[in-house]
Amino acid sequence: MIHLENIHKTYQGSQPLHVLKGISLDIRRGEFVSIMGASGSGKSTLLNILGILDDYDEGVYTLDGTLIRGLSEVRAADFRNRMIGFIFQSFNLIPFKDAVENVALPLFYQGVPRRKRNALALEYLDKLGLKDWAHHKPAELSGGQKQRVAIARALITQPKIILADEPTGALDSHTSVEVMQILKQLHEDGMTIVVVTHESGVAYQADKIVHIKDGQIGDIELVTDESRSPFSMDGVMK
Amino acid sequence: MKIPRFDLDSWSEIVDALSKNKLRSFLTAFGIFWGVFMLVLLMGGGRGLESMLGNVFAGFASNSGFMATATTSMPHKGFREGRQWDLELRDIDRVRNSVPEIDILTPTNTRWGISAVRDNKKLSVSITGIYPDYLRVSNPRLKAGRAINDTDIAQERKVCIIGSRVAEELFPGEDVICGQRIQIDGIYYTVIGLSGRTGNGISINGNALTTVEVPFTTLQRAYGLGTKIVMLTYTARPGYQISTVQDKVEAVVKRAHSIHPDDPQAVIKVNAEAMFTLVDNLFNGISILVWMIGLGTLLSGAIGVSNIMMVTVKERTTEIGIRRAIGATPTDILRQILSESMMLTLLAGMSGITLSVLILQVVETAVNASGTTDGTSTFQISFWIAVGAALLIALLGIVAGLAPALRAMHIRPVEAMRSDE
Repeated sequence: MIHLENIHKTYQGSQPLHVLKGISLDIRRGEFVSIMGASGSGKSTLLNILGILDDYDEGVYTLDGTLIRGLSEVRAADFRNRMIGFIFQSFNLIPFKDAVENVALPLFYQGVPRRKRNALALEYLDKLGLKDWAHHKPAELSGGQKQRVAIARALITQPKIILADEPTGALDSHTSVEVMQILKQLHEDGMTIVVVTHESGVAYQADKIVHIKDGQIGDIELVTDESRSPFSMDGVMK
Repeated sequence: MKIPRFDLDSWSEIVDALSKNKLRSFLTAFGIFWGVFMLVLLMGGGRGLESMLGNVFAGFASNSGFMATATTSMPHKGFREGRQWDLELRDIDRVRNSVPEIDILTPTNTRWGISAVRDNKKLSVSITGIYPDYLRVSNPRLKAGRAINDTDIAQERKVCIIGSRVAEELFPGEDVICGQRIQIDGIYYTVIGLSGRTGNGISINGNALTTVEVPFTTLQRAYGLGTKIVMLTYTARPGYQISTVQDKVEAVVKRAHSIHPDDPQAVIKVNAEAMFTLVDNLFNGISILVWMIGLGTLLSGAIGVSNIMMVTVKERTTEIGIRRAIGATPTDILRQILSESMMLTLLAGMSGITLSVLILQVVETAVNASGTTDGTSTFQISFWIAVGAALLIALLGIVAGLAPALRAMHIRPVEAMRSDE
């Protein structure tokens, strides 16, 4: 599904910052992978490259068989829209739109008629237990509700991969459990999920943990049932 | 390939975005509103003034001229300066024979300060003797009755057309005036027509309100004027300029009456074409000024919109980044910002047009009701000016939104998301 080979990324500036130093990684369809590392290790940059939100300088990145290099803006937007669902730490909902409109927005960019996309958005909000909150603006929702709206928005285009950047970073422990349960359920349904986190409790919910340190992959840890923490508040917030 | 769409959501997105900061949107839009309001109002005002002035000149053929006499200012052929001289009927033939470019050529005589009497009512009037041809130069705009005709001339009939003030003073409260008689200098004239001139226009031969027009031959005989003419009235044939033709007429007349060809004072001449040209030039100047002021105001409004849109785009960097992350193309973002800019300018501009059109209509109604001028004055802008203004506003919306939209279009999603952190 995802193939990274010797990916390099340097942020240019008065003092160029070499963030990714030869990342090579394969993620198979249906895998649940955590990318873990300390702040500044390059994990978010890697996620941005995976999400075609940022360019890389060197190496090869193929997503579902397509080489992600020099894509036109239109093609990149189409890839993000149809192939990838994003979940962000700060939810990134549009404040002046209600939950339904936020969830339906990706379909707006696919040209889906308003009535149809809103009906679908309601369906997804219902699946995530937010039907009664469908017409509330983000400011009227709790953190967990906002993140569930963001998840619904990520899922509405039926993407092949979910990229989550610190999905529980802004949530309390109880809500974090709820969100991770949703991601686990999605994984069980066959979705490919990549989560960037610095929390081991979150990382150990995955099948595989990729440890990043100073822009390089330190090691790849396969998570067994024994090593996995019990899926509880304590586990998540370890 | 995605199909560009613009559905209810697009509208609600624009409205949402603009209503996020209502006061700012209002103040931004006000610049455009004021610019359009001023432009349309000034255009309508200019049009109205032009129309009012046009009414003042209305009734006169635009290629007409008038000639009267004054004392000479230069000695010539044994005559001393300061000589009083008169035009005469023979001048008609002289001019006809020498100036083929002349179309209508007709004499008039006028006596001023004459009393018109009916029963015990009296009014000081001017009495003018005219030929029917005169009516082709100066339209009497008859309110009632008929004009003077060739039979009146041939039979030296004692008939007259009276000005509206004469009618009011001598026939107060009477509806049927035609057929009744008035007495002027002991002669009874039957009223055959009531002039519709208001007296606010240009008057040749005295104030139209207090003028009594009679057949030329009748006046000639009544006052024993012989061959004397007070004024010559003429028009140029199509294709000839009256100012050129008038110079030729002047030369012929001066030669015939032994007046120095360069005497600047001996001949009084009025050229309608010159007046029209003067007015045209004046209003062309006003029009240019109106456009400069209006467009200048509009431009400053557009710069205001552009400036605010730029701030808005900066504030909405994260939102734009989110949209880009979930599938918006740069063109989608461009379209969104341009639509907002156009919506803002169109709403403001159309409000400006609407208010100015309403005000112009009120002014037009008031001016026409007051009877300030002959005829009706038009202050209201034309449909096509309104269409042009609307297109101009739409164009301004695009121009004002272009720079912010291009800036928004080039926001990279990853940078936009980072700006929120």
